[in-house]
Amino acid sequence: MEHYTMNLNLKVWRQSSKEAKGSFKMYRVENISSEMSFLEMFDVLNEQLIKAGEDPIAFDHDCREGICGMCSMYINGKPHGPWQANTTCQLHMRAFKNEDTIVVEPWRANAFPVIKDLVVDRSAFDRIIQAGGYISVNTGNAVDGNAILIDKDDADKAFAAAMCIGCGACVAACKNSSAMLFVSAKVSHLALLPQGHPERHTRVLNMIAQMDKEGFGACTNTGACEAACPKEISLTNIARLNSEYIAASLVAEK
Amino acid sequence: MTWKQAFTSSVGKKLVMGLTGIFLILFLIVHAGLNACIWANDGGVMFNRAAHFMGSNVIPRILEIGLFLFIFIHIIQGYVLEASNRSKRKIGYAVSYGNRGSKWYSRSMAILGTILLLFFIVHWKQFWIPSRFTGIEETTLPNGIQVHNLYALMQSTFSELWVVIFYIICCISLGYHLAHGFQSAFKTIGVHNKKYQQALSSFGYGFAIVIPLIFALMPISFYFHWIN
Amino acid sequence: MILDAKIPSGPIEQKWTNYKGHCKLVNPANKRKLEIIVVGTGLAGASAAASLGELGYKVKAFCFQDSPRRAHSIAAQGGINAAKNYQNDGDSTFRLFYDTIKGGDYRSREGNVYRLAENSANIIDQCVAQGVPFAREYGGVLSNRSFGGVQVQRTFYAAGQTGQQLLIGAYQALERQVALGNVKMYARHEMQELVIIDGKARGIIARDLVTGKLERHFGHAVLLCSGGYGNVFYLSTNAMGSNVTAAWKAHKNGALMGNPCFTQIHPTCIPVSGDHQSKLTLMSESLRNDGRIWVPKQKGDTRKPNLIPEDERDYYLERRYPAFGNLVPRDVASRAAKERCDEGYGVGSSKQAVYLDLFDAFDRYGHTEAVKKGIDNPTKEQIRALGAEVIKEKYGNLFDMYEKITGENPYEVPMRIYPAVHYTMGGLWVDYELMTTIKGLYALGEANFSDHGANRLGASALMQGLSDGYFIIPYTIGNYLADEIYNKPISTDHEAFAQAEKKVQERLESLLSINGTQPVENFHRRLGKIMWDKCGMARNANGLQQAIQEIQQLKKEFWTDVKVPGGLHELNPELDKAGRVADFIELGELMCIDALHRNESCGGHFREEYQTPDGEALRDDVNFMYVAAWEYKGEHQWELHKEPLQYDVIKPTQRNYK
Repeated sequence: MEHYTMNLNLKVWRQSSKEAKGSFKMYRVENISSEMSFLEMFDVLNEQLIKAGEDPIAFDHDCREGICGMCSMYINGKPHGPWQANTTCQLHMRAFKNEDTIVVEPWRANAFPVIKDLVVDRSAFDRIIQAGGYISVNTGNAVDGNAILIDKDDADKAFAAAMCIGCGACVAACKNSSAMLFVSAKVSHLALLPQGHPERHTRVLNMIAQMDKEGFGACTNTGACEAACPKEISLTNIARLNSEYIAASLVAEK
Repeated sequence: MTWKQAFTSSVGKKLVMGLTGIFLILFLIVHAGLNACIWANDGGVMFNRAAHFMGSNVIPRILEIGLFLFIFIHIIQGYVLEASNRSKRKIGYAVSYGNRGSKWYSRSMAILGTILLLFFIVHWKQFWIPSRFTGIEETTLPNGIQVHNLYALMQSTFSELWVVIFYIICCISLGYHLAHGFQSAFKTIGVHNKKYQQALSSFGYGFAIVIPLIFALMPISFYFHWIN
Repeated sequence: MILDAKIPSGPIEQKWTNYKGHCKLVNPANKRKLEIIVVGTGLAGASAAASLGELGYKVKAFCFQDSPRRAHSIAAQGGINAAKNYQNDGDSTFRLFYDTIKGGDYRSREGNVYRLAENSANIIDQCVAQGVPFAREYGGVLSNRSFGGVQVQRTFYAAGQTGQQLLIGAYQALERQVALGNVKMYARHEMQELVIIDGKARGIIARDLVTGKLERHFGHAVLLCSGGYGNVFYLSTNAMGSNVTAAWKAHKNGALMGNPCFTQIHPTCIPVSGDHQSKLTLMSESLRNDGRIWVPKQKGDTRKPNLIPEDERDYYLERRYPAFGNLVPRDVASRAAKERCDEGYGVGSSKQAVYLDLFDAFDRYGHTEAVKKGIDNPTKEQIRALGAEVIKEKYGNLFDMYEKITGENPYEVPMRIYPAVHYTMGGLWVDYELMTTIKGLYALGEANFSDHGANRLGASALMQGLSDGYFIIPYTIGNYLADEIYNKPISTDHEAFAQAEKKVQERLESLLSINGTQPVENFHRRLGKIMWDKCGMARNANGLQQAIQEIQQLKKEFWTDVKVPGGLHELNPELDKAGRVADFIELGELMCIDALHRNESCGGHFREEYQTPDGEALRDDVNFMYVAAWEYKGEHQWELHKEPLQYDVIKPTQRNYK
């Protein structure tokens, strides 16, 4: 792989606080190595801004290895940028060419209000999990790990759904700002495992109710979420959620 | 979970869309099958007989009420859903996500649906209202029964070019509406088995081509006098 | 100060059982009146907060990230050890205990480690019950793999995302308690100061990172589960936000730091690509299951790796350690890589890398697959392709990650790897009950020093974090809180809270007021370079003395020339970072002092002056078989306290992986 350096124009959303009205601002960075990660390019820009006495751009990031789910930029019209199955922190500058203009926006959804610049509040996801995204088992209550056998195929599917990193790219990509892929990943993960069965009905109903309360939109099966998901969570999970929901609604006695 | 809650949550609402959608899909099959009688090329005898049966037998008449109910629910719920979904992102993006990951027609169900609504209004005015209320020319079947001559009405209606073009545009809209709607409806009612999902999805695309094609061929056949 | 580890008496198998049978209990009605603060929501913090919430305590949990699910435990890849012996290959609690003590190069406590091994099996059961989707065999049973330093298969895993799955399990348990009202969660909050009243930890000052507001929180006990301090090296596999601040505040308030110089350098990380680099990424140790590590036999060989024939490759780990081969413990593997690179055999543009490839495994799996599929006389390419499919299932996500970062396809060319800072065995000194030298202040998980000695074995960090949080603290905290039921919550208007808050306020204001010329990042980078060069994989007295000088100088410069933009009452990541780096600078000095005083080599602490003729670590059990616990005595001053280590069950020997 040939390495190269590039100069770039960045159009970045700046917003000083939750209440403030934001706008785009243009920046220029030079001598960016193709080996840098996208966030390292932002580090360079921020150092430049600090030295110039300007306010650096606030953005969320932590692990920088694509697993914590904290980074959240909407880059050139795509959550997490141009690469498939990728997070912003794992996006590298060889995805861009010299003199490219890159537009960077925060996740946009009423349920994800902007806190500052590119930082948004995703605590709605935590509250959805609080509504039922768990198995109610206290510490010490467990039976032997091999006491309940689980079909490998189901375990694999549960794992594929459990890979969700809760970044919110699905919401950012969805034209309806729906969190259905996120919710369905958790519902599927737990519904596919025998340990999750006792609570499967209340879980799906409560999680959906909380999702609606948080102000996310409804799913219309467009598939944009799946394409934007850094962990390639399958749209099939949404269909599974639907079937869980129907079953739960039918058996509910109130 | 009350019934109301079950159908008014975000999943419930789309369940309503899906279920009514599937009913309308079934209706389309019946409607297309019935209309295909025009190609018997018997001067409309078979078609008029079938139309008479649908109009006079009690069961289709009861189903018709259901049909109207479902169409209205589908329309109203569709608009409510679209408006609600649009309101969930007050500040939009400067650069749109576009076609990456989703098809334009999946994102445009409301627009396609609106075209279909316009079509219904025109279509009802042209055929359904005359046949039910204002009355149309009668004809006598070979077995002596007096029936509405819907065949003749079609013939005259589809002799005008703008009508034919309008119908074709609407059939194309129907095709795209179905291309998304068919497979989406089955996902909504919870089909998540990959094998069935794939089969339904393939069948859905076929359906979305064949049914609108049959409908579109009717005005075309009349206009170009492929049938008499 | 006499350090009492409070190890229960009795035979090693009975210690924990005896403790649990005799420790004091708090009745359920009283639990509701007791408040506990948990700082950090990684495996240790989330599991502790959830378990204590389940017991009925009133818990407040804090994390600096936007959600407890982001804690860096999430990035652990390979797996978690447990002495289940599901593989029937001779594993047992004792063997896990033995392996951990030996892996730690005989610098950990027998009592603690045995308890860890005992708890390991329960952890797996608990996680399975929570819905952690561990890898399974076709029959539906749990699957295992091997990890370094061990000859049995006892590592449970979920592809390359075991840490993620375990953390999500603990996070869900935590959120359940939040929903039930037993835990109150404070995300985007950072602990800035510890509040001590009458010699007991009674609360913290936390800063709301969004509004910048300082908050006072009372607790009958405070648990620090704030992780390790690897970021003192600037480049490490830690998350960008991982920091020592909470632990350091505790230290400066009187908690002792145990063995701060014990740092684990992980052998298989993606090498540094340039000055811009902000962090390093690990490639799971599980790759060493199927991978082979090598360098060219010829010095300065610039040929492409695929063009170097088999007999011109030096599989140096297999050559030096035939018994364990590529699966030697991390410290040994790291040093061996450094040795090869220092000798001039390094590869890649920086020459600071070695090759790791799985092509042998491609062929091995490919043959098996060909037989399974009934392909007679498969071609070489067919075998490769079939093998690649198996590899993809096992390590696909790691390979993808490597390709994203380097732009090279590891299915075609060998990966380049180099050691990087990964874990800190050192940390706050705690006794058997996980209590620090401050009453009521506990440290759990990586934040404490307790179980890994001088080197941690792979897949043991997750085990320790969860053991501490799920199975130890719920018992040991009761033993302390049982006497606290007479103490009503102290109002946060108390003088001690006011003073602590004032201290924080002044510090933050002074950081903002310096208004010098260098961004925080500059200082962090420079600190990292000093630490890596002089207190990294190999250390010597001379270098450490220099490092101490340089760090003291750096500290002065920091407090006169740092430039922190923005204000106090807003989201200000630069200010957050400045506070953390200031603490790292002080910690760096202590690490060097500790490394300098320990005139021996053991585990991750390799003093060049102390090595065997063939370059292995040379321990000095006569003079250094103790935990070095440092007491803060004022700027640049620490006092050493020693906790002697007693080996009743295992006889320390020279570690041998040959």
